[in-house]
Amino acid sequence: MNSELLIQLLVNGVIVGMLYGIVAMCFVLIYKSTQVVNFAQGEFVVMGAWVCLSMVVSMGLPFWLAFLFTLAFMTAFGVVVQIILLRPLVGEPVISVIMATIGLSTFMRALMNWIFGNSAVRFPDVFSQSVVSIAGLNVETAYVLSLVLSVAVMGMFFLFFRYSRWGLAMRATAYSQQISQSLGIPIGRVFAMAWAISAVVSGIAGVVIGLVNAVSNSLSFIGIKVFPAVIVGGLDSVIGAVVGGLTIGLLENLAEFVDGQYLHIGNMYSVAPFYVLLVILMIKPYGLFGTPNIERV
Amino acid sequence: MTHVPNPRPTGDFRTSYAGDRTLFATRFETNAVIAGVLFVLVSPFLFSDYILSQFIIIGIYGIAALGLNVLTGMTGQISLGHGAFFGFGAFASAWFSSRGIPVLLSMPMAGVLTMAVGMVFGIPAARLKGLYLAIATLASQYILEDFFARADWFTGGTSGSLAETANLFGFQFDSDGRYLYLVLFWVIVSFVGVANLARTRDGRALVAVRDHYLSAEIMGINLTHYRILSFGLASFFAGLAGALYGHYLGFVSAEGFTIILSIEFLAIIIIGGLGSVSGSLLGAAFILLLPQAMETFANALATLVPAISQGTAYIKQMSVGAAIILFLVLEPEGLVHRWRLMRANWKLFPFSH
Repeated sequence: MNSELLIQLLVNGVIVGMLYGIVAMCFVLIYKSTQVVNFAQGEFVVMGAWVCLSMVVSMGLPFWLAFLFTLAFMTAFGVVVQIILLRPLVGEPVISVIMATIGLSTFMRALMNWIFGNSAVRFPDVFSQSVVSIAGLNVETAYVLSLVLSVAVMGMFFLFFRYSRWGLAMRATAYSQQISQSLGIPIGRVFAMAWAISAVVSGIAGVVIGLVNAVSNSLSFIGIKVFPAVIVGGLDSVIGAVVGGLTIGLLENLAEFVDGQYLHIGNMYSVAPFYVLLVILMIKPYGLFGTPNIERV
Repeated sequence: MTHVPNPRPTGDFRTSYAGDRTLFATRFETNAVIAGVLFVLVSPFLFSDYILSQFIIIGIYGIAALGLNVLTGMTGQISLGHGAFFGFGAFASAWFSSRGIPVLLSMPMAGVLTMAVGMVFGIPAARLKGLYLAIATLASQYILEDFFARADWFTGGTSGSLAETANLFGFQFDSDGRYLYLVLFWVIVSFVGVANLARTRDGRALVAVRDHYLSAEIMGINLTHYRILSFGLASFFAGLAGALYGHYLGFVSAEGFTIILSIEFLAIIIIGGLGSVSGSLLGAAFILLLPQAMETFANALATLVPAISQGTAYIKQMSVGAAIILFLVLEPEGLVHRWRLMRANWKLFPFSH
């Protein structure tokens, strides 16, 4: 038993899991308030990372300015996607909506391949110190930042939904679109806002992952890993998304550990979440925190 | 949904149950199908190998898309793992034929084996629908991809496996022209089969499950049975098409059967028209020819704007995504619907109704 490796992998699991959790939250946000499943979530993540990186590298902006620009850009992007692509599809069957976001993801992936290239690019050194020491453990600054940002984003989500007027409007829309519309909530704006928030937060996640690893188009794998996370947590539960993300992140790394130490099957890291997904779907399709969908005739 | 006037000629009423169940509604349709088959039969003597290879691929993709159309168009279940089943069929047929089973026999056998695998993965489909099912099939896509890379005995692992050429009593299907006949045979069998299915008890049950599954269940249709059945049928056609594809290329490797292929199959049925049998072929032709048309277009444009020349590969991929989106937003019922509108306009000209 190699405990040092195990601890390392568990720490990795928590950090990656937090990021999965954040992206899963974005996914759940869109699903809950607009009933759309966003298969392009991973591409949103990659886009945020690329935009910020290209601002830093080619424009020579300082990191914080580039980060702010990325936030603004992703907001606009989310709104535009919602208006152009999803507004015409309101009321269409689930299959059409799923396909539309799949089409969007194909389109965005090719476009970003073209604009930003296929290779992985590292951020130039953003922090003055690359390693900080916490309680005797040497931790990379990027990891600390990613944890801090993740927790901050989750806190902001909570505050926004709990206390702000728009958060209340969004919760009302999620509860019942028809009732909230008749009470004067501008549904169209709520939808656009859900997409904007989701795009911004995915963009933040992308920047953070870009800082930890490097920016490349393969980062869109997060968009796929989100599915096991949201299924574990329940599709319409924001807390479930965080729990699910952490579970999947830890599970991946544990699978990697068990596989590397004992089983030697290989590639468990990337496939284990999908086996879990299938099992969860079989025994508890609405996840840990999701509301069961009871149909009455 | 806009109203499409019935373009059948005046006086052409269906007066008997047999008339209502005919395979081809009008004589024009019968003739068009026969003409199409004859055209493909003589095409090896008319066209270059390149064009023939396009016909072959369109036929193969058409069969696979037809399977997905049974699942998505007829039963209303979505699958994001169709590409992996296609790949499974290719590997299965290569494996069977390497065991000494004649290729022509191993193709349908691969279809049946894929059907069995598809039904196993379809078990979640008995409980799930819509979105949950899409996610479950996404998982099956990745699990199967992982299996391809891992199962050396079956797929040759990362190096891939060889698929022999088909032969019938010494007649080798080794050139494009000859292979086209083989593909044509299976295209006819599967399309007639599915067109027939739509007219049977089972086919109507599938459509009932799609239209309103609760009502269907109340009417006594066994949901679990029919959902798994449609999964099995879809996988059968995917496997058969995959087998044809593998033996056509002569070499099967796992890289070709990713989620992108699954998305292409979905694009084919969306563009062709959900639930439309002939739409599957139209969509396949569209999805295969679109990137090539875009390439020509991009090359022409590149002479004006040189920057585009490195982007041709990406323009091809983007065109597929854009086609899905545009069809969903502008023409959700697919090419078949467009064709019906054109036909109605032609019949009713100069009146609009």
